[in-house]
Formats: sequence, structure tokens, C-alpha cells
Amino acid sequence: MVSDDLVNAGNAMRLAILSDIHANREAFEAVLAAAAAAGAERLVLLGDIVGYGADPEWCAERARALAAEGAVVLQGNHDEAVGKPGATMNATAAFALEWTRRQLGAEARAFLASLPLSAREGECLFVHADASAPASWNYVLDAADAGAHLAACEARVSFCGHVHRPALYSLAGAGKVTHFRPVSQTPVPLLPQRRWLAVVGSVGQPRDGNPAAAFCLYDTESAELQFRRVAYDVETAAEKIRAAGLPASLADRLAEGR
Amino acid sequence: MTNARLKPGDVIDGFVIEDLAHVGGMARIWTVSRPDIDFPILMKVPVIGEGDDPAAIVGFEMEQMILPRLSGPHVPRFVANGDFATLPYIVMERLPGVSLYPLLERLPLPPDEVAAIGAKVAVALDSLHRQNVVHLDLKPSNVMFRESGEAVLIDYGLARHVHLPDLMDEQFRLPYGTAPYMAPEQVLGTRSDFRSDLFALGVMLYFFSTGERPFGDPQRMKGLKRRLWRDPQPPRARNSAIPPALQEVILHCLEVNPAWRYPTAAQLAIDLQDLSAVKLTARAEKMKRDPLGMVLKRRFNPVPIETVRPQAAEAQLSNAPIVAVAIDLLGGTPELADALRHTVARIIENTPDARIACLNVLKINRIAIDTALDEAGRNKHVMRLVELRNWASGLKAREGAITFHVLEAVSPADAILDYARENYVDHIVMGARAESSMRSMLGSVSGAVAAHAPCTVTVVRNRPRPA
Repeated sequence: MVSDDLVNAGNAMRLAILSDIHANREAFEAVLAAAAAAGAERLVLLGDIVGYGADPEWCAERARALAAEGAVVLQGNHDEAVGKPGATMNATAAFALEWTRRQLGAEARAFLASLPLSAREGECLFVHADASAPASWNYVLDAADAGAHLAACEARVSFCGHVHRPALYSLAGAGKVTHFRPVSQTPVPLLPQRRWLAVVGSVGQPRDGNPAAAFCLYDTESAELQFRRVAYDVETAAEKIRAAGLPASLADRLAEGR
Repeated sequence: MTNARLKPGDVIDGFVIEDLAHVGGMARIWTVSRPDIDFPILMKVPVIGEGDDPAAIVGFEMEQMILPRLSGPHVPRFVANGDFATLPYIVMERLPGVSLYPLLERLPLPPDEVAAIGAKVAVALDSLHRQNVVHLDLKPSNVMFRESGEAVLIDYGLARHVHLPDLMDEQFRLPYGTAPYMAPEQVLGTRSDFRSDLFALGVMLYFFSTGERPFGDPQRMKGLKRRLWRDPQPPRARNSAIPPALQEVILHCLEVNPAWRYPTAAQLAIDLQDLSAVKLTARAEKMKRDPLGMVLKRRFNPVPIETVRPQAAEAQLSNAPIVAVAIDLLGGTPELADALRHTVARIIENTPDARIACLNVLKINRIAIDTALDEAGRNKHVMRLVELRNWASGLKAREGAITFHVLEAVSPADAILDYARENYVDHIVMGARAESSMRSMLGSVSGAVAAHAPCTVTVVRNRPRPA
């Protein structure tokens, strides 16, 4: 690791990591534009492309096109549930899923069903929920959950979603797992002697009190992680949810980010 | 470990190892060089072995994390970090000369020298704090100086960047710091309050001016906690050469409750730069420690520690701006003077920790000819001060928060701008001169200030009454 002013950072690989898009086209488009503007060379979608929002078909098709161009695209619990009726979900999510299933074409459904649960690239592991049992969709909510994840995998840097609230955990040797809630876009150096788990926030339905769409940028060369937020057209996304006859609570929560 | 085998002539990632400059408990320091780097550099290599304090390793990680994010003249320039997998190291600028540590051989220092050193360190702390970093281990051996005079703060092993994960806080239960200099809240485990560094600077000023440490050098938690309730001997009781104003500043830094200290390093710096302008309170006159009854009461009924969460640390800084109000006592209308006062009153209301400097420019024709010291000049100067106080008489602010200054200058705009640059002003408030032939002839002072100011500028203007 050498400081920027002393080395030509030209061959660094910049990843944009997105999760929990939840059929919110407006947020998805805004994040893709921001990632491109930030010079991201590779996209990673950590799943839950559909569910809750009003544009499942568009979002699934866009994800499929991105995958064809080389993006890593994973399956989330909502993507899985599209092809598996009867999955346990709360009433609102189940209602939205029922609606989502009707909107999706056969190709999109096949695409969502075909997605893997995790992917490994170099020192990075990508997964929707925690890695100890990806198919169980466990939430990483605290340092203990993060410890279970870190114990179950070997990757130095992991990225997961599912929680909709950004966080960063680290572990050195046999020490304690540290927890950090990002407070700004200041890049965090993921020190090489530690292992890290980043919970990237949600693109389409943030729940940390900030309505702006969340995603992460990771520079594999400098090992710097940046938690980013992007404003998007919340009103249009909410209006489409109401117009589709989906539960109003799914529209209302977007403006408050809860 | 690999680092035990480092020797002069070895080459690591292009750095040629030269001499072993220092062996400390936590790290070895080598002077090194690399052909493409044209300033002196050193390599810090942590001492890692069995039975070593794990905090040494985490401290080294923290320094690797924080130093690359710092810039400016008050920190050593960062060059490179080495990977733990091969050889952990940090390469950074090597500063000339020595730290303040050897100064401890010739204490006490004259009060003027103490204030001058303190002012430089406070300016360095202000720069660090504005980059969101609390040092948390400020002491004489961690302060160096550039040849150009600026203080440079070194060693970020215990520091905290409030926007980055705090590995230290998560990993350990005990407070870390250097016993004589640790702030009470740091003893209790808080690692995110910028004002902890002001306490440490207060300890340094006390030590330099009296030759004694205010709280000794306790080695156990019980001794460290004593500073929560036992006040130190007042500096002037130890050394009568210390002026009341310097004691005022020192005891203000050493307040147990961070909320009772200076709110920012910048506000402390202006007091240390001009002790004659320091507002004296009971702290300045104190000649004895508090009576035993009061100390006992405090022991069982402790002073509140109003510290801030990491998320609020930045807000605490920005809620204590230095505000310069430029008041035109001659050209302005009474309505404009009122509007200006209302604006300043709102600033005080919203940010009660603000420091307000009321300025008036006494225009002189040419610096060389006008002698400010002749009788007429002095009278004019004092009269302006009285007028400024009169203008501010309706403003309610905490004691000592409002100061008055008459600047003598040829160009009012330059005088205001110079004052803002030299006194770390965050916000200039001034009135717009009314539309007049004067303005078109002389140009707008507020326009020139707004265009060149190093900070926020508010230009106050009266809205024309509706017809």
C-alpha cells in the first residue's frame, strides 16, 4: 500500500457493490450513474433485486443485462421466493411478492432462480446474508453475527446486504470483532492484517433514517472502502408503488428511509 | 520476527535502511531513503513479539489508518505503509531537531515562552481537529517543530479519527494514554472528545510554567481517577512569576468537565497569542487548592462530565465558531447597526460557544505618517472602543465571549481580511454600505471581503420598506 501521490493508481480495480435494490428503478438508476461517475470498473449486485418496489421486471432485466456484461449478480431471499411460493415472510412482503410474481416474465423468473448464493473473487467474498449458512438468510445485525460469518469463511474482505443499514466489522487474529457505523463518505482503509465484513446498505429501501440510496465503492488496489449515498427521485418511486396497488406503507417508508 | 533482523543496507520496497535512530518500547525507528523522495524520511517498525502489549499492535494499525488521511504543516508527511504479512512499517517525513522533551531539563520556563509554545501547539491541534482527529496522547515528546516554526504533532498510535472505525476502543477495556496528561473523560474511557487534547495541553502549560506536573505521574487507575475530584495547586502558588492571565488559561484547560474548557483549540490559540486580552475570572486569582470539605463533596458528588459521542464530535467543533463582526461606526445607518446586532444575537443564540470579536477599522492615511501614539490618535482609538461596547451592549453572551478591537489601517477590507486570517475566524459578519456616491467612488468593502475571505461571510443589508 503506497500513498496516491507517489504511485500511479491507474491499474487499481474499483468495485461498486449494490444490494437490496427491491424493484426500485429510480434508486437503481441513480446508483448506477453514481457508480459510473465514480469510475467503478466492475459491478457486484448482492441480491434482493425484486420485492417491495413497483419495477421488478425492469430491475430484473437490467440486472440480467449487467450480468451479461460481466457483473457479479447474486440471489437474495426475495429473488428466491419468486420461484418458491410458500416461503415464510411477513404479510406485507408476502403480498408484494405475490404481486411481483405476476409482473415478472418467464425469462426474468428463470434468471432470478438461476442466481448463485455467493461468489468469491480474489480476497473478496460476496453473499446476500451471512456466510455461515447463506440459504438460511440470517441477518448480520451485530458483532456476534459478524463473528459467526467471519468464522465460517476465509476471505479477507466480505460484503453482504440483507440488513438495509450500512455497517463495517473487523477482526484481527483471535481478538474481538469490532463494529463501526459509517458516519461519512471518508474512505476506510481495510488494513491488510485484519479481516473485514462490510454490510452495504440498501439501494431501494434504506432503513437507517436516511432516504438516500446506499452502496459501496471498494478499491482493490488501495484496499479502501467508501460508503456512498445518492439522492434519487423518491416521489416517483413511491407514486408508482401506490399506483400499482401495493401496500401504501411500502411507498411511505421510502421518503423517511425507515 | 523479521524486523529484528533489519540492518543498515537492507532494501525494503525500495527503501534503503540507513541507521537505527531510536529504540522505543513499541517501535524501532530507522532513518531510510528512496531515490525518488527528496525530503528526509524515517521508517517506524513496531516491536512485535510474544508477551508484548497487544495495544502496541492495534496502536500501530491505528497510525497506519490515520496518518495517510492527514495533511498540512502540523503533521509529518505520510509516505508508505508496509503490509503486516511481510514487514509492518510506516514511512513518513523525518522532522528536523528534537521534540519538546529536552525542555523538561530547564523548567520552569518564562511565562512568555510558555504562552508562545502553547499557542503554536494549539494551532496545530486546531488543524488536527478540523481533520476529524483527536490525538489523545499529547505530551512534550510528541511535539516537534519545523524550521519555519510550526508545531508538528507526531505519534498517532492512540489517536482517533471520528469518521473511521476505532479499533482501540473496541478491543480494550482499560483507558490508554500517558498518565500525567490524560483528560478525566479519557480516564473514564471516552475517545472522541476533541477537548481531551486541550486538557493535555493545559497539563503541558502547567508543567512548563511551574516545573511540576499538576496531577503527578500516577501508575494505577485509582491515582488516575483522582483528577476527577482533586484540583491541582494553582500555578501561581507554585511560581509567582506566572501572570494571572496565564493561570486563567491553564486552569480553563484543566477543567474536569470538558464542557467547561475552551470549546476549541482555535479559541485557546487566540488567548495564548495575546494574554493581555484574556478575560480574567476567579480562576486567575485562585491561590490555594479547594478546601477539603469541597473536595470531599466532589468525590462523592462528582463534577458532571459532559462529553460528546463520536457522531457529535464534529458538531461540537462547529458549534463554537470564531466570529468577527465588522461594524462601521461612521458610514452606516442606525437601522443597519440594529440589523447587524440582530444577526449577531441569532448567532450567539444558536451557537452559545461562539467567540465574537467586534471590529472597527480606524482609517489612517499612510501608516508611516500617522503616529497612532499621539494624544489625539489614542483618544480616537479609545473612543471607538467605547462606541463598539455601546453597539454590543444589548448582546447577551457567556462571560469573556465578546471582545473589542480597533484596527488601524489604510484599507478597511485588507484590515478585516488580515484579522480573519491571523485569528482563525470562521465567519465574518458585516453590513453592506448603503447605495451612495461613497460606495461607487470607493467600491464596496463587503464585496472585497466576501471575494477574498478565508471563511464564511454574511453581508447584512436592510430590506427596503414596502411602499
